[in-house]
Amino acid sequence: MTNPVLEIQNLITEFPTRNGVFRAVDDVSLTVEAGRTLCVVGESGSGKSVTARSVLQIVDHPGRITQGRILLHRHNTARRQGDEDDIVDLAALPARGPEIRAIRGRDVAMIFQEPMSALSPVHTIGNQIVEAIRLHEAISKKDAMDRAVELLRLVEIPTPEKAIKRYTFEYSGGMRQRAMIAMAIACNPSVLIADEPTTALDVTIQAEIIDLLRRLQQETGMGMMFITHDMGVVAEIADEVAVMYRGQVVERGAPLPIFEAPKEEYTQRLLAAVKRLDEPSPRRLAMRAASPPGATALKVDRLAKHFYLSAGLLGLRKETFVAVNDASLELREGENLGIVGESGSGKTTLGRCIQGVHGTTRGAIRFTGRDGRTTDLAKLKENELRPAWREIRMVFQDPFSSLNPRMTVGQIIGEPLLLLRTHSKHSLRQRVCELLDVVGLPQSAYDRYPHAFSGGQRQRIGIARAIAPEPRVIIADEATSALDVSLRIQILDLLLDLQERMGLSFLLISHDIAVIRYFCDRIAVMHRGKIVETGETEAVCSNPTHPYTRSLLSAVPVPDPRQRGKHVRTRYRADAESAA
Amino acid sequence: MTAPDTNTALPEAATEIPDVEHSSQWKLMWWAFRRHRVAVIGGVIVLTLYFVAAFAEFLAPFAPQSTSSQNVYHPPQMPRLFYDTTYDGSGFGLHVRAFSRERDPFTLQTTYVPDPDRVIFISFFAKGTPYRLWGLIPMERRLFTASNPGDRFYLFGADRLGRDMYSRVIFGTRVSMTIGLVGVALALILGVTLGGISGYLGGVTDAVIQRFVELVLALPTIPIWLGLSAALPQDWSPLTRYFAITAILSLVGWTELARVVRGRFLALRNEDFVIAARLDGATRRRVILRHMAPSMASHIIASVTLAIPLMIIAETSLSFLGLGLQPPMVSWGVLLREAQNVQSISQAPWLFIPGAAVVLGVLSLNFLGDGIRDAADPYSEVQTS
Amino acid sequence: MLLGYIFWRLVWSVPFFFAASLIAFALIQAPPGDFVTSFAATLAQSGDVVDEQRLEALRERYGLDRPFLTQYLLWISGVMRGDFGISFEWQQPVSQLIWERMGLSVALALGTLMFTWAVALPLGIYSAVRKYTVSDYVLTTVGFFGLAMPNFLLALVMMYVAVVFFGADVSGLFSEEYQRAPWSWAKFVDLLKHIWLPIAILGLSSTASLMRIMRANLLDELNKPYVTTARAKGVSEFRLLMKYPVRIALNPFVSTIGWAFPQLISGAVITAFVLSLPTAGPLLLQALLSQDMFLAGAFILLLCCLSIIGMLVSDILLAFVDPRIRYR
Repeated sequence: MTNPVLEIQNLITEFPTRNGVFRAVDDVSLTVEAGRTLCVVGESGSGKSVTARSVLQIVDHPGRITQGRILLHRHNTARRQGDEDDIVDLAALPARGPEIRAIRGRDVAMIFQEPMSALSPVHTIGNQIVEAIRLHEAISKKDAMDRAVELLRLVEIPTPEKAIKRYTFEYSGGMRQRAMIAMAIACNPSVLIADEPTTALDVTIQAEIIDLLRRLQQETGMGMMFITHDMGVVAEIADEVAVMYRGQVVERGAPLPIFEAPKEEYTQRLLAAVKRLDEPSPRRLAMRAASPPGATALKVDRLAKHFYLSAGLLGLRKETFVAVNDASLELREGENLGIVGESGSGKTTLGRCIQGVHGTTRGAIRFTGRDGRTTDLAKLKENELRPAWREIRMVFQDPFSSLNPRMTVGQIIGEPLLLLRTHSKHSLRQRVCELLDVVGLPQSAYDRYPHAFSGGQRQRIGIARAIAPEPRVIIADEATSALDVSLRIQILDLLLDLQERMGLSFLLISHDIAVIRYFCDRIAVMHRGKIVETGETEAVCSNPTHPYTRSLLSAVPVPDPRQRGKHVRTRYRADAESAA
Repeated sequence: MTAPDTNTALPEAATEIPDVEHSSQWKLMWWAFRRHRVAVIGGVIVLTLYFVAAFAEFLAPFAPQSTSSQNVYHPPQMPRLFYDTTYDGSGFGLHVRAFSRERDPFTLQTTYVPDPDRVIFISFFAKGTPYRLWGLIPMERRLFTASNPGDRFYLFGADRLGRDMYSRVIFGTRVSMTIGLVGVALALILGVTLGGISGYLGGVTDAVIQRFVELVLALPTIPIWLGLSAALPQDWSPLTRYFAITAILSLVGWTELARVVRGRFLALRNEDFVIAARLDGATRRRVILRHMAPSMASHIIASVTLAIPLMIIAETSLSFLGLGLQPPMVSWGVLLREAQNVQSISQAPWLFIPGAAVVLGVLSLNFLGDGIRDAADPYSEVQTS
Repeated sequence: MLLGYIFWRLVWSVPFFFAASLIAFALIQAPPGDFVTSFAATLAQSGDVVDEQRLEALRERYGLDRPFLTQYLLWISGVMRGDFGISFEWQQPVSQLIWERMGLSVALALGTLMFTWAVALPLGIYSAVRKYTVSDYVLTTVGFFGLAMPNFLLALVMMYVAVVFFGADVSGLFSEEYQRAPWSWAKFVDLLKHIWLPIAILGLSSTASLMRIMRANLLDELNKPYVTTARAKGVSEFRLLMKYPVRIALNPFVSTIGWAFPQLISGAVITAFVLSLPTAGPLLLQALLSQDMFLAGAFILLLCCLSIIGMLVSDILLAFVDPRIRYR
């Protein structure tokens, strides 16, 4: 404890609701030191974000700080060395007063998760950065503009003189976050609070942003409070870790002891889930040893999908967008194939093309049904696809939008069976109850509506619907991405369980290498609509051949603090990301 | 997961309403709606108005067209309970005070002064002039009317022909409130058909329909209404005219509904649960009717409720100008024509009463529609991600 | 980008104009019988000698015995040259009758628009920021009444109040001595003295709806992340409100200004009739009632044109204020 810049002491933040008070932050104490990074880690609902917002008193209405102190030690910063007594209690300042405003953005700056929505869509980037500078420093507009250009250069935005005149929507996701960081460091803050700054970004961009933040911290000596749910990121950057659970800090300390000998039960569980996800599922390996994958169930041959965007007033002018470009795949019976790629790589489109949700431009999808006949799904119309849809089913990413809120769980799961007309009314109910059992939900769920369930439970409902007509292939598109890590592994285990029981094959689409490594036997790496590499998962992960795969794998943060700085990151810049 | 850390809507709702987990859309909507007290009041008034519209013949004490040259611009009378008069004695019973006519010898203007000697008794379910309910069932009894068949009383005053404004406003309710309903129904058919086609087919069809909707939106509503109504042949029967006016109103009013339907349709079409329904093997018909329609229904109901008052105002304006419905048909707008010049309203301010009815009807429909719109998506709280 | 957008938008309004003029012409053609007959009837009524030759010439000139489309082409080509035909009732070329009245209509609508914005936007912002307070409820209630009250009814009530309680006549736009006088500074001042009441009457319902829309828009924007970002920068609450959410919540309004303006002009027809204002409305109404085709047609066409120009202006303005539109 040498140089504390920000001390949170016994903070309580509450949200009054119709049914009493909800305590989002419950007696939290944290310290941020100059030049060091405090990682606040926790799953959704742990109160980590509210803690961060409480520091600047910008908690969303109707939340308010009811207790505790937030001390800013200004004498410990680069700006004001020496003055021993310059301590301010931020919690005691009026939320709308000039005192706290003078601190916001100047002494304590903040960056947010969604760079798109966190920046104003109708003001230029330059305008927003200049505002941040001129709020706290009396300099001319022109000087501020020059400073802004320098800041953009500092965060490695190409051609900053031009970029400064652009609007948010003209930037890519990574560039937006860089601009956001430029804005935050504009006044050389003592503390930077980063609220999940990389969650919405791809791993390769996440790695760049983390590098950038680390470099800036070294240059300016600011203290950083980094909020994340990703243990890999924690292992990568934390000097100190605070684990939050249900509004409380359950464990605090240096990263090594926490990762290697967590004391609290919650931390242990969390880390166990993370560590299990970092290697192949032993269960899967055992299953494959017992029964190796069989004949080809699904063969995708040079599949292409072009989208035609209509432009012009009557929509007559067309622009072509190539989403999937000559993708070939093979899925065998009882095998799990993973498709990994970053946003915009075309992996979701590929999944939906194989499923037949939308038509394909070119190529063949040869599916061998239970009866042994092989058909090319790409040539079928929607009503001809229905028999195939019985055997190829889909699990969706978003557990909220994929279940019709206006139908009961029983109706949702029973819908495919009802349409097959294979069950009587009574046996349909019985079958749905069995399915609920299989996915680990109580039978009482039958008459309830989806809104009665949490995200993980909803995903189980979606799985029950998928397996209802006893399919052979399941396409799971980011089926676990919306879930916290501990739930993620539960769902993956459930899927493996079902595989053993029903002899399923899975096509798992994900951006998360860890999930694919845990679950999939083989992997296909997608980049810009193309499959750049396929192979056995372990082989590809340990010895990637394509440069893109190499850069992707090197960017994935490893949840082990000892690995920090050991692996070398490679960048794949076939066509570098530009600001436009 | 992009959900904020304070994603607590679910347990909160669950503790408030014990059985929320088993509750369908309509139940959840009803609970959400019930919380808007003004909307509930609006709903009750709207129901009352439609009840009045349905039983106008029974509820009106007199026939709307029966004139009385003795009672031109007779002022309104308050119903009272205790009376003490020289002629009718004293006692207790529902009555109004009689007025007697006096003519100013210099200006020759007629004025009415309360007559302390006489009262007019009112009885419930008494026999009045015979009528046919809905033009079918011959009846004589009315909710209330003058006890003495020859007497007349004027709760809302009388117009320039001595007709009872109260009865006329009641009959006006029937026409004005239904013209909104029928007009919206026509607009809904047009809007849902075109909006649905536009949303479902997309592509060039969608573009053409959208441009057409834009054109209709660009046209100035009121001059077009006026022009169309002025073009209606004068010799049409009141009923034909009623439907013609309704058609004219809905011809302009459907665009908004078409836009709502198309917008919801396009948004829903790409929802995961709709795709899931397709993959479950549901036919197009079933996807639309079973999976999409329920999500659209509540929004459409809200838009419809908010469209009715616009129709009512439009009908009132047209009829007020003499371009809409024509006497002997009675609507609030037709009644307001009596109030067209300053002379008559300064002499008989009660001619404004139909205007108050318009405001009441429109206001309560607006409140009701707002409440339904706010309750239309009871899942917005729950779906945070 | 922007220039291209404006260009296409301009090109696109040409077919709109012709579609609208076709509708206007169809409207005035709709009543049974050709209008020379009704013209003859008007003449006969006023005791004039009906000159068969002149009627024949009129039929010839407007091609009345030819098909609908030919008649339309004759009419629209006249309109293009500034010839709107003649008014039978007034026995004058239409172009002599309409411009001053249209001018007053535009002035009235402009005044109303400014009044509406000046009142509705601050109130809307205020009630959004002070959500669920007493003042919000009061404004909301007043807003609802404003929406429920048809303009002409309000005009009637105002006239009643003025006559009965103040003994004043509030109809018209000019005092008697200026009614037929040529334009002068004094006449303009006189206009200002009279125009505020019609403006207030016409503005009430649009003020009410604008206020409610502003409130709803702003409430949506107030919880957006970019507001939190700006707050975290240390921007003061008032400046924050004005620069970010209000700015964005205003976009739909800027985009409706061109559209609201012609709506106001046509919406004023009935109120103008009640208040007997010397604007386009009462004349249009009279023309429609007496089937004075060319006069009514000219008004309807002009109003349609104003609407189309308004839409054009709206779209271009929106492209200016919202960079997202420009680059779509």
